[in-house]
Amino acid sequence: MAPSRSRVILNKQKFSLTIDRLCNQLIENHDNFSETAIIGVQPRGIFLAQRIEQRLKSLFKIKDIKIGNIDVSFYRDDFRRNDKIITPSDTNIDFSIEGQRVILVDDVLYTGRTIRAALDALLDFGRPSKVELMALIDRRFSRHLPIEADYVGKTVDAIVSERVKVEWQETDKEDKVILLTT
Amino acid sequence: MSGLSTKHLLGIKYITADDINLIFKTADNFKDVLNRPIKKVPSLRDVTIANVFFENSTRTKISFELAEKRLSADVVNFSASSSSVNKGETLIDTVNNILAMKVDMVVMRHPSPGAPVFLSKHIDANIVNAGDGTHEHPTQALLDAYSIRERVGDLKGKKVLIIGDILHSRVALSNIFCLQKLGAKVMVCGPPTLIPKYINTLDVKVEYNLKKALEWCDVVNILRIQLERQTDEGIPIKYFPSLREYAMFYGVTKELLQSLKKDILVLHPGPMNRGVEISSDVADSDQAIILDQVENGVAVRMAVLYLLAGKLD
Repeated sequence: MAPSRSRVILNKQKFSLTIDRLCNQLIENHDNFSETAIIGVQPRGIFLAQRIEQRLKSLFKIKDIKIGNIDVSFYRDDFRRNDKIITPSDTNIDFSIEGQRVILVDDVLYTGRTIRAALDALLDFGRPSKVELMALIDRRFSRHLPIEADYVGKTVDAIVSERVKVEWQETDKEDKVILLTT
Repeated sequence: MSGLSTKHLLGIKYITADDINLIFKTADNFKDVLNRPIKKVPSLRDVTIANVFFENSTRTKISFELAEKRLSADVVNFSASSSSVNKGETLIDTVNNILAMKVDMVVMRHPSPGAPVFLSKHIDANIVNAGDGTHEHPTQALLDAYSIRERVGDLKGKKVLIIGDILHSRVALSNIFCLQKLGAKVMVCGPPTLIPKYINTLDVKVEYNLKKALEWCDVVNILRIQLERQTDEGIPIKYFPSLREYAMFYGVTKELLQSLKKDILVLHPGPMNRGVEISSDVADSDQAIILDQVENGVAVRMAVLYLLAGKLD
């Protein structure tokens, strides 16, 4: 089932501008990040989390940023409803989130179910004082749950049969976002 | 990766090396969960599991029950001593009655070899073998291999020695299959009377001299002498003159381990008979990973149950 058409919705330049804008928005609310932790949602959210961390460090000379990954496989509500078995990834949070302001980071916000699972998973690690959500791409009008992102890279209108794919330099050679139509 | 190749865990013989590696990878994640303040995930909250034990067990039963509870499954326990089995009910009837109460998975221990395989052909639920007579004990083999892998890395080419009552041990058979599927070399050691006649069909080395066997291996798994199985229709059979003599010839002691030129890893599936197959100073030494095995048991069983639950209809 090869996709018949693909369209770039965020090219390399716009991609990096978007990341920098997100960093600027974060700095407005989080000051020097002493009370803040960035947590990437596995598997694809971790790249955005790492990129945000790098840019925050180079743009604003922030030294210590707490960053971790969270895997939500065991918390999903579609386990056993999906044909495919979900293979878990690593969770790596080596700091206490108790009383911290946590920024959950994912690449695409679609139905909101992953974020629902991530919130459950996160609360098993402690009680953050606040949880915010950052998504590089927000597929609006497709939510199954009342969840919205606080920081959005780009809003996209896409229908169910379309797929949004975020590609990263680290794994796919180039930073870009494409819309696949099947 | 796409899940396990099977919907039951009846024995290591019936699963592939990929299955074993998938179970290990998933167990790594569950081990991580078990070290958190909240040691529980909601994955199996809509699954009901029956632990059906027709034979005594402490550690396996507790380990399975903990694994199930930490996956948020609903658990019912059943043990033969307090059941209708004593009133003449057949195995299929007993299990079907349990399944009629909407149970999704059955974890079963049974004294008859092959009981889980038989059951899997007649009932419609996922079955996990928690030990069937002298046949297999797959989750024990998985957690043994997992614990070895955690200490020494990839098992490929590693030499593993199994000492003791190979004839009556389901742990030995499952371990042999599991280690071989992962590429390890296996040797068994014990009195000739306790080495099964057809061991040569399994492609394992046999050594009757404990010192020589220990010199060969990197890892040793010491098994208990199963006096309760050394019977013929209830009449005890002597496979060796006395426990004292067994301990002298096949008991692993500190002096023996120190006489080797290397440190080998010591495993024991429990329950231990200190002073018989293993001396106290070995059991409590740093080389022994007996308590790691127990700890890993919960994570490995969580992985097995989680992956099999993904196969539920």
